[in-house]
Amino acid sequence: MMDWLNFLFGVEVAVGGLLSGVMYALVAIGFVLIYKTSGVLNFAQGAMVLFAALTFVSLIERGVPFWLAIVFTLAVMTMLGFAIERSVLRPLTNRSPMVLFMATLGLSYVIEGAAQLIWGTQVHRLDLGISNEPIDFGGIYVSQFDLAAAAIAAAMVAALTLFFRFTRTGLSFRAVADDTFAATAVGLRLNLIRSTVWTAAGFVALVAGLLWGARLGVQFSLSVVVLKALPVLVLGGFDSILGAIVAGLMIGASEKLAEVYLGPYVGGGIESWFAYAVALVVLLVRPSGLFGTKLVERY
Amino acid sequence: MTSVADFPVGPAPVSRRVLGIGAVLIVAFAVVPALASPYVFDAILLPFLALSLAGLGLNLLTGYGGQVSLGSAAFMAVGAFAAYNFQLRLGVSLPLALGLAAATSALIGTFFGLPSLRLRGFYLAVSTLAAQFFVQWALNKFGWFSNDSASGVISAPKIAFWGLDLDSSAGRYFFALIVVTLITVLVWRLVSGPEGINLNAVRDDETAAKVIGVPVLRTKLAAFAISSAIIGVAGVLWSFAYLRTIEPEGFNLDRSFQILFIVIIGGLATIRGAFLGAALIVVFPLLLARVSSALFGGVIDAGVLKLIEQIVLGAIIILFLIAEPNGLVAILDRARARLGRALRRD
Repeated sequence: MMDWLNFLFGVEVAVGGLLSGVMYALVAIGFVLIYKTSGVLNFAQGAMVLFAALTFVSLIERGVPFWLAIVFTLAVMTMLGFAIERSVLRPLTNRSPMVLFMATLGLSYVIEGAAQLIWGTQVHRLDLGISNEPIDFGGIYVSQFDLAAAAIAAAMVAALTLFFRFTRTGLSFRAVADDTFAATAVGLRLNLIRSTVWTAAGFVALVAGLLWGARLGVQFSLSVVVLKALPVLVLGGFDSILGAIVAGLMIGASEKLAEVYLGPYVGGGIESWFAYAVALVVLLVRPSGLFGTKLVERY
Repeated sequence: MTSVADFPVGPAPVSRRVLGIGAVLIVAFAVVPALASPYVFDAILLPFLALSLAGLGLNLLTGYGGQVSLGSAAFMAVGAFAAYNFQLRLGVSLPLALGLAAATSALIGTFFGLPSLRLRGFYLAVSTLAAQFFVQWALNKFGWFSNDSASGVISAPKIAFWGLDLDSSAGRYFFALIVVTLITVLVWRLVSGPEGINLNAVRDDETAAKVIGVPVLRTKLAAFAISSAIIGVAGVLWSFAYLRTIEPEGFNLDRSFQILFIVIIGGLATIRGAFLGAALIVVFPLLLARVSSALFGGVIDAGVLKLIEQIVLGAIIILFLIAEPNGLVAILDRARARLGRALRRD
């Protein structure tokens, strides 16, 4: 009997981990979108999550209805995307990916600072109207909120997949990702496409920001989710949405299991680095991640 | 036919460079101590020296070696805590503790540099974050490192050894200055020697370097080891000479980014760059605070000022990457060349 209960507990932990992995993947997908089309590892994605969530919650607090707030926040993220493309990425065209990465590091400082300067530094509560009551699945308790978050994430991935397959803009994203020169040669407008990608990443940031914000409260520490997403990216490969999801699930589950079963032996709190250790071990076997394109070195 | 000697080596002729370095040393060792107040020592010069050294260490790895690291602060922490524990538990003198701390940082740096043998670019940059989080976790988790101090914050031992008492502001400045000068000379010898050339070769084209017989693996690991050792010593200076307390919180991810920013702003793959970058990073917040209090009185509170500082710093990084990727060093060289031309014309 005891064994069975222990087993159930283990499953519960694993399921909880998988679901929090979905949340990691949610942030990681924003990275993948930008990396695929412009070859930039956008460190500012976390700052964009913060900015989107903070803008949304501040609008709600000022009495703006839910959907209007979503639309308005999306408009702001679109403007931000275009502004970034115009003022940061375009002047840095043809520079090394590392320079671009460091520029996004600077960008994350600017966005984080600006978001808090505009909307204040206090913690905002965000209620999406999803209950946090656990549901009982034959002895395994699963948080309702986590399930809803997973469903929203799944819907978003489905929408993104359809978008990339069947819309003209989505197809041109893929063309640019495939071969920038050829895409320019057939007349695709590179600058416009890159701005649009940043807008799409802004949309993903908004979704991630709402879900993470509902869980942790909307505050500065939201931008730290970027640090949770990085090992997921490394593990899944920088340019694969599928990889981001699979790696998110793997890291979420192994992290929670390790915290419960390994943590007590080393004093706990190993969540801060365990994901990185998992990613590193896997990378030693597969240096370009699980689903990443075989590494093309472009320093 | 032109011989090699017709071309100046480096930015200026050797004789003039020696003159310039001599002038800097005279200013640092004689003029500054004569003029500086304790406030200037404690709030500007000591953090400047510690951060310059950290920047120098990271520049070796990132500027000369082409491996971006986001975990520098972790090695500062390793150095600081190693020196503390060597002094506490073995009772060694500070110079020896400094050497042992450097060796410890080198060892741990080599370990975290191992992924560089297989990973490149972003994958490597992200994996250096593992060092950052692991070291901070370990130092917080195991009380042994901080001698089971309840708060986790330890006051650093006095800077006194061999019968010398250097615990005053000026004394700590001289101690830090001598350490920084010695290490700078070593780094300068290193990068202008064959090892430095190997390092550049690995950075510019790893395959080509391997083909012409550069020991790529050894060079990469050595870069991690030496860079971490220097950053470790910088950590000792930071906590022993500047803060005079040792705590893991001060060596967080933001500190790592700060050191990376120093290297970017100052100029990659230059020795002067680390010093110029550190000067800007240290002076800029003080200057900003002065300017805002002069312009707006006390209207802007400290929190808002912090945010403005963050925004401006980020903007400076982007601006440098766009407009002057070679950093302050390039700006300085241009200014000097222009000045030289103007003087010659007269």
